Amino acid sequence: MNPAAYLVLSAVLFSTGLLGFLIRRNALIAFMSVELMLNSANLALVSFSYANGNLLGQVGAFFVMVVAAGEVVIGLAIIMIIFRTRRSASVDDQNQLKY
Amino acid sequence: MNPLEIVVPVEATGLFQYAWLMIAIPLGVAAILLLGGKATNAWGHWLGVLGVIGSFAVATALFVQMLGAEVADRAVQVSMFDWIDVGNLNLSAALLVDQLSILFALLVTGVGSLIFIYSVGYMAEDPHRRRFFAFMNIFIAAMLTLVLADSYAVLFIGWEGVGLASYLLIGFWQQRRSAALAAKKAFVVNRIGDLGLLVAMFIMMALFGSLNFAEVNQAADTASASWITAIGFLLLLAACGKSAQVPLQSWLLDAMEGPTPVSALIHAATMVTAGVYLVVRSHILFELTPAASLAVCVVGVVTLLAGAWVGSTKDDIKKVLAGSTMSQIGYMMLAAGIGPAGGAFAIFHLFTHGFFKANMFLGAGSVMHAMDDDTDMRHFGALRKVMPWTFVTFGIGYLAIIGIPPLAGFYSKDHIVVAAWERGMAFGALAMLGAAITAFYMTRLMMMTFFGERRWAKGVHPHESPGIMVVPLVVLAIGSAALGMLLNSAIQTWLAPPTGHHPHATALWEIPWQGWATLALVLIGVGVGYLMYRGEISFEQPRTKNPIVYIGRNDLLADQFNDAVFVRGGGKLVDGFQAVDDLLIDGGVRSTTALATGIGDAFSRLQNGYERRYGLWMVVGAVLVSVVLILGRLA
Amino acid sequence: MDNVPMLTILGLLPLIGALLAFVVRGKAGRQLAMAVALITLVFGLVVFFGSADSDLAETVSWIPQIGAWYALSLDGMGRAMVLLTVILLPIVLLAEWRIDDSKIFGFEQPRWGSNVFGGFALLLEGFALFVFMSADVLLFYLFFEATLIPMFFLVQGWGGTNRGRAAMKFLLYSLAGGLVMLFAVIGVYVVTARAGQPSFLISDVAGISIGGTLEQFLFIGFFVAFAVKAPMVPVHSWLPDTAEQATPGATTLLVGVLDKIGTFGMIRFCLGLFPNASAWATPLVIFLAVVSVIYGALMAISSKNLLRLVAYTSVSHFGFMVLGIFAFTTASVTGSIFYMLAHGFSSAAMFLVVGFLLNRRGTAEIAAFGGVQKVAPVLAGVFLVSGLATLGLPGTANFVGEFTIMIGAWPTQPVAVAVAVLGTVLAAVYVLWAYQRVFTGEVTEQTEQHITSDLAPREKLVVAPLIALLLVFGFVPQPMIEVATPTAQATMTHVGMSDPQPGSMGGK
Repeated sequence: MNPAAYLVLSAVLFSTGLLGFLIRRNALIAFMSVELMLNSANLALVSFSYANGNLLGQVGAFFVMVVAAGEVVIGLAIIMIIFRTRRSASVDDQNQLKY
Repeated sequence: MNPLEIVVPVEATGLFQYAWLMIAIPLGVAAILLLGGKATNAWGHWLGVLGVIGSFAVATALFVQMLGAEVADRAVQVSMFDWIDVGNLNLSAALLVDQLSILFALLVTGVGSLIFIYSVGYMAEDPHRRRFFAFMNIFIAAMLTLVLADSYAVLFIGWEGVGLASYLLIGFWQQRRSAALAAKKAFVVNRIGDLGLLVAMFIMMALFGSLNFAEVNQAADTASASWITAIGFLLLLAACGKSAQVPLQSWLLDAMEGPTPVSALIHAATMVTAGVYLVVRSHILFELTPAASLAVCVVGVVTLLAGAWVGSTKDDIKKVLAGSTMSQIGYMMLAAGIGPAGGAFAIFHLFTHGFFKANMFLGAGSVMHAMDDDTDMRHFGALRKVMPWTFVTFGIGYLAIIGIPPLAGFYSKDHIVVAAWERGMAFGALAMLGAAITAFYMTRLMMMTFFGERRWAKGVHPHESPGIMVVPLVVLAIGSAALGMLLNSAIQTWLAPPTGHHPHATALWEIPWQGWATLALVLIGVGVGYLMYRGEISFEQPRTKNPIVYIGRNDLLADQFNDAVFVRGGGKLVDGFQAVDDLLIDGGVRSTTALATGIGDAFSRLQNGYERRYGLWMVVGAVLVSVVLILGRLA
Repeated sequence: MDNVPMLTILGLLPLIGALLAFVVRGKAGRQLAMAVALITLVFGLVVFFGSADSDLAETVSWIPQIGAWYALSLDGMGRAMVLLTVILLPIVLLAEWRIDDSKIFGFEQPRWGSNVFGGFALLLEGFALFVFMSADVLLFYLFFEATLIPMFFLVQGWGGTNRGRAAMKFLLYSLAGGLVMLFAVIGVYVVTARAGQPSFLISDVAGISIGGTLEQFLFIGFFVAFAVKAPMVPVHSWLPDTAEQATPGATTLLVGVLDKIGTFGMIRFCLGLFPNASAWATPLVIFLAVVSVIYGALMAISSKNLLRLVAYTSVSHFGFMVLGIFAFTTASVTGSIFYMLAHGFSSAAMFLVVGFLLNRRGTAEIAAFGGVQKVAPVLAGVFLVSGLATLGLPGTANFVGEFTIMIGAWPTQPVAVAVAVLGTVLAAVYVLWAYQRVFTGEVTEQTEQHITSDLAPREKLVVAPLIALLLVFGFVPQPMIEVATPTAQATMTHVGMSDPQPGSMGGK
């Protein structure tokens, strides 16, 4: 099969996620954008795997999913705590972690 | 005896082995007095006197021993220990007791003993009398090291040692700012002179491989003339510093800030004549360098006139005497520069001068004691009646210094004038002129102090000094009167080996024409002095427009010159260095650190805490990497 | 007795003592540090006299792959430096006995207790002893850099307001110098490896004639580090700042012991390993030495702070030492080694006596004093004696050093000596002018208010041994000169120079 269509879809998803991360201020949206980018990468991995006829890419995709699951757990917890203490979910209000 | 014949000292035997005691006794006494602290206050001054008398006893014993010895055995070397011995440099601590050094040792300890006894009375009121005697003993030890040294290296230890003692004693009343300044000035100017001796030693070591007098003398003619001339000039520089000769004279007048016994012992009788001693001791080297010898004569003549000039204009009795000291040492320098014909006379004059100048300084001290430490002669007058002993002894000193026969100064100065005349007419004539000016200013001093009207400040009640001060005056006066006659013919023969002089017989009453001429000039000087100062003398020093008087009062403008050139010039230089240190060196270091922190600061601005900005940078980075990779693949 | 590793024990004693002193808090720790310092002193004396006629060298293979050895030995110069170090340490500890007493003026609040001061001082002593005993380039380098650690904390922990900056400046200067040296150390490895057998043993490296530009580069690498240490103009500016901020005790260790590593290293490494390059660099080094002599003296004259003044005198004196080392005569090199010892004692005396003034007055600014002699005559006396030693008065050890250096150096470097000798006049100015401003004249109001006591017995005990040593070595220097001479002779042989014969310059 020709992976081109899958790759184009993957690129569109990645670009959407990237744009969302750079433009949107809401921490939850930014977080979802990151997930979108991860999944676009997963899509690319799986399609390459299928095209090449081996399982390496699918194994990689599983790793990404596991890491993303862990990330979601910790990331959402952090966002929730910040929201509770500062009554805001905007990433531009949180710049204490600087030089 | 050939004038250039070199005496090689024999190894010490018998009593001579104990020559080091002369130095050790006063040094030990000084240590006891300084370390003993207040516990020794009660008897410290007597222990101090004992120190110098002990030294005098040893010197006398050695002198008697030497009198009994053969002429060839009179120069004795006393080895003590290896001082520095490394590579080609072998310096041993050893003493040389010969006719010259024993004479000097007798002068230092003999006159020293009298001055010490006098000081017991003079310093009786001073709370720090013990410290004074400790310093005086340090001086005696250092001075004896200087004259008894058998090499330039050991001499240098004494040379700087007397400088230290001089520093400590000039600044003895250091709560007085002027005293502290004068002390520092004396030490620093002396150090400039010492530089000459140091470099001279470096050269000698490189040339001869030794600093021992006898060995240097023996090897002297192996060196090239230019180096010997260099040594000669450097030794002259050293002598100028120590003996307050022009151009390093400026410290001596300020040195009068010290207690008067110090002025008498150090700045009149002994230490300041060390320069003359050095030149006479090195006469073999000076023989080989006519240029340096001539320079010694010129320095001597210039100083004898300069000192007389200063002496004629000052109103401070001690400064008049200080100017006179400069002037008399100028005579000695002149004689020493003449060569073998003059060396013995230089020492002769040094010896008699030691007596009559110490006599007059102590007399001046006695006057000051009576006048509540006032030194301004304009506040004296008519003291001859209230202070008869001081007047008579001072008067003998006066007659001795201006050279009235048969007192001591007449014989010693007469010889120098004759020798100078033989060296060159100009030297002779200027020496005679100096004698006339000496007569003038000493007459002026006598008139202002002992004759005329009473011009005493209110509340001052002069009185004769106590016996303990008068007795030394009397002894010194007897010496001033009689020593010339006693030593006139003996001293030349005695000093012939170390100074290389052919003694010619001199009868006591046979006076050459130069002698008569000098005497006539002296009488004119006395007459002028009498006529000018018999009338009224104002209580305050009148302002003067006369440049000669002005320059003389201001120490020949030496201070102004030094201040302008060295102090202010040096200050500018140092400020410049300070700026260099600040701007260039520290500035360099500072800008390096500033650069590092600046770069760090700039990059830390990127860490602003906005995560969308971080994301943007990540994108930029990823794009850059991709572009590079793609371009790399394409190329 | 033969199998006892005396040198290792000597070096380890203070290091172990330091660890104990860090642990034991308060007065007990301070006393413990002092006890260890005294034991080290005794043991150091045993080693000093024991090494006179028996070879105590220890050589154990350490990292054979790169030819690094744990090798210790003591030559004449090392013996002199060991003597200096073990004598100075108890004196410094005694001088800073009350360093954490808040009633003592002149310092900001200390960062740690006095036991920690003793600990760092002992640590410094141990490292310095190893530096002086190392017979292996790499071992030397390690301890050379290790000395910076305790010194940094000694400056950082106690002293004036800006001590932090001063400590950092000192550290950066030293590290920069040390870094350059590290390159040269690696270069030494390359040279020996190329010659067949990689080895850092000094005797092995010295056996190889390197030659050419490589030797010159290696020389420069070592020399820069030692010039920073010694301090020579133009890399001296850390010393006055550090001296001004650190406590006088720490500065004494810095100038008295640590800076000696600079001149020590020049003789041992620059001359010992790179003789050809040393001869090649001589004109420039001599020039810098003379500049240091004069420049240091002039800066001392213009200093307004006594501690800076003493620091600049050291710059001047180190110039003399370097002049003696690079004049290449037995006498001048011996004189330099002797002067290293003498300067250790005289600068210690100066710094500690200024420390007494500082403790009383709370500042070392010259203008803050005046007429002190009247209220504290003994203090004035010891200052004057130390000052006279500093200005090289005959009868003190410094004179012997200066004189031997200059008279030895004259035949090979007459112009340099003729200029450097001016330093002796300037020395008289800076010492006596300082004395005049601080001690003489009428008692000023501030002096009367602050300086209420003369020296206490403890303070007398601090300066008495220093002054005694200065005088003894001044009048009877020969025993110590004999200690130093073998090193100088060995160096001369190695450099391939012979002493100029008398008369070779200016004879007929």
